[in-house]
Amino acid sequence: MKRVYVNEEWCLGCHLCEYNCAFANSGMSDMATALKGKPIYPRIHIEGDDKISYAVSCRHCTDPICVKSCIAGAISKKDGVVCVDKNKCVGCLTCVLVCPYGALSPSDSGVMQKCELCLQNSCGEPACVKGCPNRAIVYEERGENA
Amino acid sequence: MKQYVIIGNGVAAAGCIEGIRSVDKDSKITVVSEENHPVYCRPLISYYLENKTDPERMNYRSTDFYEKMGCDVFYGKKVIRIDADSKKVVLDDGAELSYTEVCVATGSAPFVPPFEGLDTVEKKFSFMTLDDTFALEKAINKDSKVLIVGAGLIGLKCAEGLHGRVASITVCDLADRVLSSILDTECATIMQKHLEANGIQFMLGDTAVRFEKNTVQMKSGKTVDFDILVLAVGVRANIVLIKDIGGEVNRGIIVNERMETSVENIYAAGDCVEGEDISCGQKKVLALLPNAYMQGHTAGVNMAGGDEVFDKAIPMNSIGFFGLHVMTAGTYEGEMYEEKTDSTLKRLFTKDGLLKGFILIGKIERAGIYTSLIRERTPLNTIDFETMKKVATSVAFSPETRRKKFGGVV
Repeated sequence: MKRVYVNEEWCLGCHLCEYNCAFANSGMSDMATALKGKPIYPRIHIEGDDKISYAVSCRHCTDPICVKSCIAGAISKKDGVVCVDKNKCVGCLTCVLVCPYGALSPSDSGVMQKCELCLQNSCGEPACVKGCPNRAIVYEERGENA
Repeated sequence: MKQYVIIGNGVAAAGCIEGIRSVDKDSKITVVSEENHPVYCRPLISYYLENKTDPERMNYRSTDFYEKMGCDVFYGKKVIRIDADSKKVVLDDGAELSYTEVCVATGSAPFVPPFEGLDTVEKKFSFMTLDDTFALEKAINKDSKVLIVGAGLIGLKCAEGLHGRVASITVCDLADRVLSSILDTECATIMQKHLEANGIQFMLGDTAVRFEKNTVQMKSGKTVDFDILVLAVGVRANIVLIKDIGGEVNRGIIVNERMETSVENIYAAGDCVEGEDISCGQKKVLALLPNAYMQGHTAGVNMAGGDEVFDKAIPMNSIGFFGLHVMTAGTYEGEMYEEKTDSTLKRLFTKDGLLKGFILIGKIERAGIYTSLIRERTPLNTIDFETMKKVATSVAFSPETRRKKFGGVV
């Protein structure tokens, strides 16, 4: 299945992916209205130091420990995509305690959110990839089925 | 065809069912459930009291789970005996179920010390099950004075759940600090102050000596009046089925990494077992939901003829009270690295070149990176630990490791 992969040699650390992610998941049609002057809650974030940078988002693991650890039964894997049921999540943060990539974070409402590949929002494909100016984030098939 | 029996219907049982079905799609699975509920999220009972969830959302799996998984569930039944020679389990109504493999996922039960006069207390409750929670909810009102015996995870989550729905909440514990199983003294003090600021009262280092109806006499000589008593002193693993047939038990049922007990074809998983805490090498009952699921899954895969080991158990907890989150993992021994601000605290414990444990209060971002260092026993000389100890970040891994993590399939 297709996943989001990064190439740290190409990443400029411009944080555009974070803005595009937050906008794609805002449900709004205008980026300025959605994001300007507000704290943003992207599902991808840039990590790095003075030498390198790269974007981190959910790896949609083959054997996801967040799914096995969720105390609310709110995280599941559907068609290869690890998803959070925001209606069931109580915001206990156990998934943050176990994710080895640091890929989950709370939303503005306190329940968890994570990259679901923009398959359920109006973007339809990962907005971080679409908007990356340097193709440092790609969405492609690199083996493994689901 | 095999014939699986699972004794218990909690999260370990759900893991066991899903583990079995990952290998064997066809053989019959029978689940014996003492509680009259499909598998639900037990740790959410305090969130239910807070109105943050409801019984429907508390279901751990979808309503068609057992049907989809091809399971028969016997509700309201208790297994009283396993006959390992004839490979049968015997239920309290006399029925017998034959098995080829059985998983004991019986969980734990509240431990109630023999306090003098406890039988004179009319409204007393445990806080372990959904039915306990419904009973407690029915008994309280806005004028209730609640006394909770036990300042551990269960007692304090109960206090948070009841907050705002009753007149007062007092928590007492023999230990001199709150959350004594997961926090050291200084960290416990931070949490206690936060809980007190939210109206919870404490009587620590003190214990009940004698109850008389709505009053308790404490060891310190103080007396407390209450209408509602919640007993959250601790839990005991339900080991009797294995103990009775001479299987190896300690405080929990002894299992190996494949979740096999010492008795052939009998597996065990969840809060009733004792497994190895790899952060310190000791055998412990690690009564945590993630471990229960993973142990159950491992048991299920192996029962069905597959091959899976669960050899990464550590204590780990993510728990919040009134908006302040605490995360803890592993063992607090060795050298300590500490960062403190007015509202946050971080303590990392390293020994023998490994991260052994941590306590994080307030600032918990990407804590799972630390947890994975403990679980994977990552030698700290293979990462940039100077960077890592300040911020949990994958930058501290080597470029090759990072390429594997973010450029490959994991």
